[in-house]
Amino acid sequence: MHTFLTLLGRELRSYFYSPIAYVVIFFFLLASGFNFNTGIRFLNRTDAEVTVVEAAFNTVLFWFPFILIFPLITMRTYCDEFRMGTFETLTTAPVQDSHVVLAKFAGAFLFYCALWIPSFSYFAAFQWISGKQAALAAGAYGGSYLLLALLGMFYCSIGCLASALTTEQINAAVMTFVAIFAAFLGGLSPFIFNITSPASRDLISYVSAIDHMADFSRGLIDSRPVVWYLSMTSLILFINLQVFQHRKWKA
Amino acid sequence: MIQVENLTKRYAGFTAIDNLNFEVERGEIVGFLGPNGAGKSTTMKILTSYLPATSGTARIAGHDVFTHSLEARRHIGYLPENTPLYHDMRVAEYLRYRANLKGVTGMQVRKRVADVLELCSLHQVERKLIGALSKGYRQRVGLADALVADPDLLILDEPTIGLDPNQIRQVRDLIKNLAHKRTVLISTHILPEVEMTCSRVIVIHKGQIRASDSSENLLRNRRTSAMLRLEARTGSDEARPLLAQLPGVREVAEEKDGDFSIFQLRLDPGNDPSDEILRMAVERRWNVRELMRRRPTLEDVFVELTHTDS
Repeated sequence: MHTFLTLLGRELRSYFYSPIAYVVIFFFLLASGFNFNTGIRFLNRTDAEVTVVEAAFNTVLFWFPFILIFPLITMRTYCDEFRMGTFETLTTAPVQDSHVVLAKFAGAFLFYCALWIPSFSYFAAFQWISGKQAALAAGAYGGSYLLLALLGMFYCSIGCLASALTTEQINAAVMTFVAIFAAFLGGLSPFIFNITSPASRDLISYVSAIDHMADFSRGLIDSRPVVWYLSMTSLILFINLQVFQHRKWKA
Repeated sequence: MIQVENLTKRYAGFTAIDNLNFEVERGEIVGFLGPNGAGKSTTMKILTSYLPATSGTARIAGHDVFTHSLEARRHIGYLPENTPLYHDMRVAEYLRYRANLKGVTGMQVRKRVADVLELCSLHQVERKLIGALSKGYRQRVGLADALVADPDLLILDEPTIGLDPNQIRQVRDLIKNLAHKRTVLISTHILPEVEMTCSRVIVIHKGQIRASDSSENLLRNRRTSAMLRLEARTGSDEARPLLAQLPGVREVAEEKDGDFSIFQLRLDPGNDPSDEILRMAVERRWNVRELMRRRPTLEDVFVELTHTDS
């Protein structure tokens, strides 16, 4: 545990040492603020029976920057170590491989979580100014942020795996983006390919991030997506560990 | 402390190390010599569990480096070639991180970091970014990292590469001072350094051990000849064949320097024809400016043992 926390501490600090973290934070705040604004405009225009949470997390404007941040967060996790040669000092210290893999993943995930902290203030401000019922929806908050955490785990694990596969950050970023975008588009495939058979649509909706968000942001917390994301994250971290050990033995 | 048995590492179509066998006792300082690509770094990487061996075993303090890697690694302080460091961290911060990573806990971290900062003369730069340090300082940070958990065994891969002569001397003194209670395995190209610091030398070439002995013994037992250098004004061309006839002289090379001739005599081992040469010079009224016997150095041994076609 001591070594895990040491590794995690180093990971988290390294995020805040690099200028790219602040660029990510800046653009993420800009995008999420703009997205929130769009959600409120939508509420102003219609009489739709939705909460502000639902309005904010179900726009295209939400998904696009959301997918884009993962490559930026995770691209340097392993690449930097390979490039600088510190992979050797890291793996020859008395540290278990699984601790390294978990610490790198946890570091990326916690940084991602930190990105969302300012978004609480949007909803707080909205409620304070409007005093509307739309803001008071514990289930919607809980559901939305739970799903954001689950999605974050899944996508961070994909990013870490991509970073472990290559020595170039840019390759890792592109791989991560393509993989996440493919997973995301998979959920949209009924619309893209005009799939009408109910069985296929059901199957796809099991893994569709957009469908999950539509449910969770309404406060409908379904256990199936929870299991899906947790098991996929575990699987990818397991693969990540294998890749890590392979890299180590190969290097 | 280190036991290596039949260690072999093969890459596709290339054998990096071939059936190595050696042992290093506790408290020894062993110099690991060999030309580039001889397999020194590969061996060190296997000992530190960074690479797996193709076959054979290596044990550190009784722990197999493959099956009990974690226990083995706890005994090692390792400085890899080129000293990889996190350039975005500060010196003291990095050393604290490494101490924690190596299982130093609580108040001990502070103490150990202070000790190695002192030992490696890093106090002036402890708050500087590692990326902003000169090569010499980085090398010392790497060394401090290797020492920070107070390991029994230090494995140093070319610790003085890229340092200036003063820094090399500092590092050498540092290693000597460490020697009392630790075992040190050090690889280097700088031969005088080995003669001065190491109690034993292992010469490795093309993945095989060519010699393993103290540097004095290596020098005493070496097969090739010593050299004699004679500078004299002989006034004729008869000197060279005369010198070549002397017993124990294997080869004579001649060079002109104005009136003087410079002869380089390669001798058979154990022979010293200086007396005969001087007698000859007196008889033939040569004007001798210099007669010098060059002592063999570790460099000669190294060249002899690792010459590509030997």
